[in-house]
Amino acid sequence: MSDIRPELVRGLTRPRAAAPPARTGVSRRRALQLMGTGLVLAGCGVDGQGGKAAVGRSDVREYWSGRSGNGRLRWANWPGYMQDDHETIKAFEKATGIGVTYREVIQETGPWFGKIQAPLAAGQSIGFDLMVMTNGIQLEKCRQLGYLAPLDRSRLRNFAANAGPTYRNPSYDPGNAFTVPYQSGITGIAYNTRYVKDEITSIAQLFDPKYKGRVGMLGDSQELGSFGMFLLGVDPERSTPADWERAAAKLREQRDRGIVRKYYTQDYVDAVSKGDVWLTMAWSGDVYSLTSPDVRFVVPEEGGTLWTDNLCIPRTAENPVDALTLIDWLYVPANNAPLTEFVNYITPVPAVREIVAADAAKATGAERRELTRLSTSPLVFPSQADLARLRHYRRLTQAEETRYQRIFEPIAKGS
Amino acid sequence: MRRARGRFTPYLMILPGGLWLAAFFVVPMALMVSLSLQTGNLVDGFRQTFHWQNYTYALDTYRDAFLRSLWYGLLATAACAALSYPAAYWIAFRAGRHKSTYLVLLLLPYFVSYVLRTVSWKLVLTDNGPLLGPLRDHGILPQDFHVLDTGFAVVSGLTYNFLPFMVLPIYVALERIDPRLVEAAHDLYASRAQAFARVVLPLSLPGVLAGVIMTFAPASADYVNAEVLGGPRDTMVGNVIQAEYFDNGAYPVASALSFALMAVLLLGVFAYARALGARGARSVLDVAAGR
Amino acid sequence: MTPRPREAVSGLRVYTLLLIAWLLLPVAVMIAFGFNDAHGKQNFRWEGFTLRWYAHLLDKGDLTTAVLNSLTIALLSTLVSTVIGTLAGIALGRHRFRGGGAANLVLLMAISCPEIVMGASLLSMFVTFGVPRGYPTVLAAHVMFSIAFVAVTVRARVARLDPAVEEAARDLGAGPWTRFRLVTLPMIRPGVVAGALLAFTLSVDDFVITGFTGGATVTFPLWIYGSTRTGTPPQVNVMGTLIFASGALIAVVVARRTAAAAGPQARDR
Repeated sequence: MSDIRPELVRGLTRPRAAAPPARTGVSRRRALQLMGTGLVLAGCGVDGQGGKAAVGRSDVREYWSGRSGNGRLRWANWPGYMQDDHETIKAFEKATGIGVTYREVIQETGPWFGKIQAPLAAGQSIGFDLMVMTNGIQLEKCRQLGYLAPLDRSRLRNFAANAGPTYRNPSYDPGNAFTVPYQSGITGIAYNTRYVKDEITSIAQLFDPKYKGRVGMLGDSQELGSFGMFLLGVDPERSTPADWERAAAKLREQRDRGIVRKYYTQDYVDAVSKGDVWLTMAWSGDVYSLTSPDVRFVVPEEGGTLWTDNLCIPRTAENPVDALTLIDWLYVPANNAPLTEFVNYITPVPAVREIVAADAAKATGAERRELTRLSTSPLVFPSQADLARLRHYRRLTQAEETRYQRIFEPIAKGS
Repeated sequence: MRRARGRFTPYLMILPGGLWLAAFFVVPMALMVSLSLQTGNLVDGFRQTFHWQNYTYALDTYRDAFLRSLWYGLLATAACAALSYPAAYWIAFRAGRHKSTYLVLLLLPYFVSYVLRTVSWKLVLTDNGPLLGPLRDHGILPQDFHVLDTGFAVVSGLTYNFLPFMVLPIYVALERIDPRLVEAAHDLYASRAQAFARVVLPLSLPGVLAGVIMTFAPASADYVNAEVLGGPRDTMVGNVIQAEYFDNGAYPVASALSFALMAVLLLGVFAYARALGARGARSVLDVAAGR
Repeated sequence: MTPRPREAVSGLRVYTLLLIAWLLLPVAVMIAFGFNDAHGKQNFRWEGFTLRWYAHLLDKGDLTTAVLNSLTIALLSTLVSTVIGTLAGIALGRHRFRGGGAANLVLLMAISCPEIVMGASLLSMFVTFGVPRGYPTVLAAHVMFSIAFVAVTVRARVARLDPAVEEAARDLGAGPWTRFRLVTLPMIRPGVVAGALLAFTLSVDDFVITGFTGGATVTFPLWIYGSTRTGTPPQVNVMGTLIFASGALIAVVVARRTAAAAGPQARDR
């Protein structure tokens, strides 16, 4: 490499050589011409589409009539949401004969939406027949923009029989018109008992100056805003713009008093287990899979957020029937159990608990300990008391969303 | 140079590159300027309305992040220059036969992916990590001292990640200096400090200047370092642009911020090159021609 | 270079070595954690030595795909941008022509343009024209930013060539293609190689622009970033270590060859 380096840099060492003095005038004029091109193109716009979230029986019939299984399926998911050896997928392929292409291409909901929006708007395939999206702003947009296939519930018998009550008819998708839960999780508080001697029970403690510089918050504006509202005793789902302003003021104060150490996107787990932060907003499954005896997870007494990663079918899918088959297959408790044993988030199929417990009874040694821990964990199988305290994100119309974002986004962005 | 024959040769040669850059650089930039003046949202679509308020809103709301980016970029650039110069100097003048080896050693870390490097940095800087843990346990540092999630961590991360952009131009400028010039200075009774200040430093200045240009722009616009290493008040404009684009779908606001950033950086680079570059570039050419 | 013992500044030497150590520290951490016997999904606490992750390197199918994407995109974009960029560099370094100033300006802008602005503007264009994002768009973007670097590097080399050499070749009756192949190309080869290597490095390491233009195509840096949500698996460290090691190996071999070939006085100009 070294023999080329001098060469390489010599070119870059002399940016002036790019425009010899006599020609800079031309260059400047040229720059203005280039900008002129921009103004010519200024007429272009990006077309949008109206709201299509309402769905009737005829829509469902219209979408599904004449469609049949093709024996293959392409599934987009998040990393860490499937066993390394794809055990569950292999079982599905064996049981149904449908070949699955599984890709871990979703890293964050926002960027994922940015990636699929253009092809979906143009009615093109996104290359996947099934995807997993968290309830929230982007899923709401997908619903409103008509990007999702309406689900034919007559083909979701197992879902009807086995889904837990919390997971049916969720407020973010009434009647499961477009989505069915894959896994869900709780946003609560994780704290490290090596550093925090008090018992943490409430969100108010995240605002306690005692923990100055040791508190982690999630930077996502829906997560952050919801916790601000819980602090005020407001249910985020029923909140008004006035509540948002009040919550934002509290969160801003928390930041400006130096209590917040960092706004995390997702890497808070190692921070709390290493002691960089002592208490932090956290997702249940992360804390469970941390397997650290020092880090505890609580659902705060003011409330916590229950979010759900949902299976949904893009309207432009090429193999929607196969996707629907997979969705329903996952709702057979015996099929779902191995997945839950790996993923450690909350399964929407409560009957899985008995299967895990039975597996634990059969197993020995470390595996038995692990399965027992799983089947008795309130993080994976939350108690009714915990579930009763959980709320959903606020559903936002486009106009509300702009307002909501302008209130909460700058807080985590340090402005 | 221009000849009647083959007058079109340069145009033919530059055509593919020119077209490519026009299609994937110039046109997108123009579109971005256009988008920055539109109103609307993803659901209803965007319309061109020459809405200059996108700029005032963006710069008003995110003024802190914007100014912070320039400030952190400047600090990182200065730190890069200060750290690079002595090492580049030693390698160019004193490393002898092992010059290339040292240069390679200096550049080796950059074979590791940028994201991975930054994440590893975080492991090093963590409160109870290999660096700070022992110091604090022995009472050398106060209990609540931390580096991770501070502006210092961000600037040090930027410095770490953009150092090669500074080392290389400085090294090349130094390496071109004829050692006989330094000897001549000594023969004229210049002290070592004098020889350095009057001969080496001026001759290597173009390298430093080029390094500044190449470091400042990417460092100011970076967002990975602030994201991974920064605290609540260390967000840079890159983070804002990214969030406005992806999380909020606020394409016009994100475009306005992008264009404002680009304009400020380019104006800075041009002004800087104009003020300092010509003299420096000429002096390098003089040295080269003098051999 | 003539040795001047009186001026041996050992302080600077120590400083340089310390700087190198500082730069290598995170790399050492990365390599070490590729051997970590981690049991949970998180890999940041030392739990003992293992070679397990090397044996199970390819278990994460999507990680392997991402690494392969990174490598093929880097190779293809290097190939294309080196050819196109070299042509442009020769044109700009040798000829003065109308529009040359503007071309130089665009090159300078492309080099100093922040990555995030480039990525964002490309995304704006693809969105506006409804171009689906994926492997081809990433490739186009990588070629774009590499062309500028290759062209500038080659231009610098060409500008320092003695035009008399080519003229002599012409006087001896060599046609344009022969002149290019036998005279110009060998003389500018270091510049071309430098540009190509730079293009490869920039492409394989690119995170920001790929993130904006990639659609559902995932490269190695993107996969790492995504995996921080559930814990970066040790295989990432292993992949990083292997890429680092092959890069280091190539660099060391090249450095050795130059050091051996270069006498104390020899320089490459």
